[in-house]
Amino acid sequence: MPDNSSRFAIQLNGEEYTIEGDTSLPALLERLKMRRGRVAVEINRAVIPHAQYDEVRLKAGDTVEVINFVGGG
Amino acid sequence: MEHEHFELAGKVFHSRLIVGTGKYRDFAETRAAVEASGAEIVTVAVRRVNIADRKSENLLDYIDPKRYQILPNTAGCYTVEEAVRTCRLAREVGVGDMVKLEVIGDQKTLFPDVPATIEAAKILVKEGFKVLPYVTDDPVACLRLAEIGCAAVMPLAAPIGSGMGIRNPFNLRIIIEQAKVPVIVDAGVGTASDAAEAMEIGSDGLLINSAIAGAKDPIAMARAMRLAIEAGRIAYRAGRIEQKLYATASSPLSGLIR
Repeated sequence: MPDNSSRFAIQLNGEEYTIEGDTSLPALLERLKMRRGRVAVEINRAVIPHAQYDEVRLKAGDTVEVINFVGGG
Repeated sequence: MEHEHFELAGKVFHSRLIVGTGKYRDFAETRAAVEASGAEIVTVAVRRVNIADRKSENLLDYIDPKRYQILPNTAGCYTVEEAVRTCRLAREVGVGDMVKLEVIGDQKTLFPDVPATIEAAKILVKEGFKVLPYVTDDPVACLRLAEIGCAAVMPLAAPIGSGMGIRNPFNLRIIIEQAKVPVIVDAGVGTASDAAEAMEIGSDGLLINSAIAGAKDPIAMARAMRLAIEAGRIAYRAGRIEQKLYATASSPLSGLIR
């Protein structure tokens, strides 16, 4: 495998997840079929504002949390 | 009596009922119950997206954030840090800055950790959140939460999901009398009469989930709660008669046929 390839592991919602190819945050959300107005993202404990999604590139070892709303009281 | 508005966190509402979305069979039933309740504010929980099952629908596809004020909660949080983190994430979904703060102190009773709730509220108020804290029916705790800038206080009537009704109406009355912010009774309501009672003693609103979602017919119970809250509020404003130990005749004492 060439050393500039983008294939690495991140922690996604507490599980190991492999990023391949496009390392951008929107690409990850798309792979997971998540719509922007429905989720929020935290990378290494920092909340990512929606407006910055396009600029965010994931790196090996990142801890990513993607949350949404579920039923609750 | 003219129609009243209900002002909360700088917004005007017409319904005084806030409903939760937990424990329903599916999203369709959730939506039907929310509609039947007439509520304009709807609580939701914040959880990790299920990565393994990506076909699942989203609650917001059923509860339109353009139509309803979404109120994310911090249910399941036991520390200040967890609660604040949850609120920051929730806000980034883009449904506004109103949050239902709960910092739980004990797993069995789900009673709030009051000092931690106050600490978390301070941080969140500073960050511009409109904080609606779930709190014990403790008049001093409610005063403190209002002082630090919470948009309302939400004392419990009884433990979450217990359906026990209003266990301490006297404390609630003190809280209501002292309140400089809206008092929303949150948790413990079992049936419509409990909701009416809370409104009759002057609560500004109620937050109900289990009593509706867990009823045999949640849609009918949602409607019952809506009517009870309306009736209770009107009765409160109408001013109830004094309670007396002995009878006072309602028919004239004069003109009796002897």
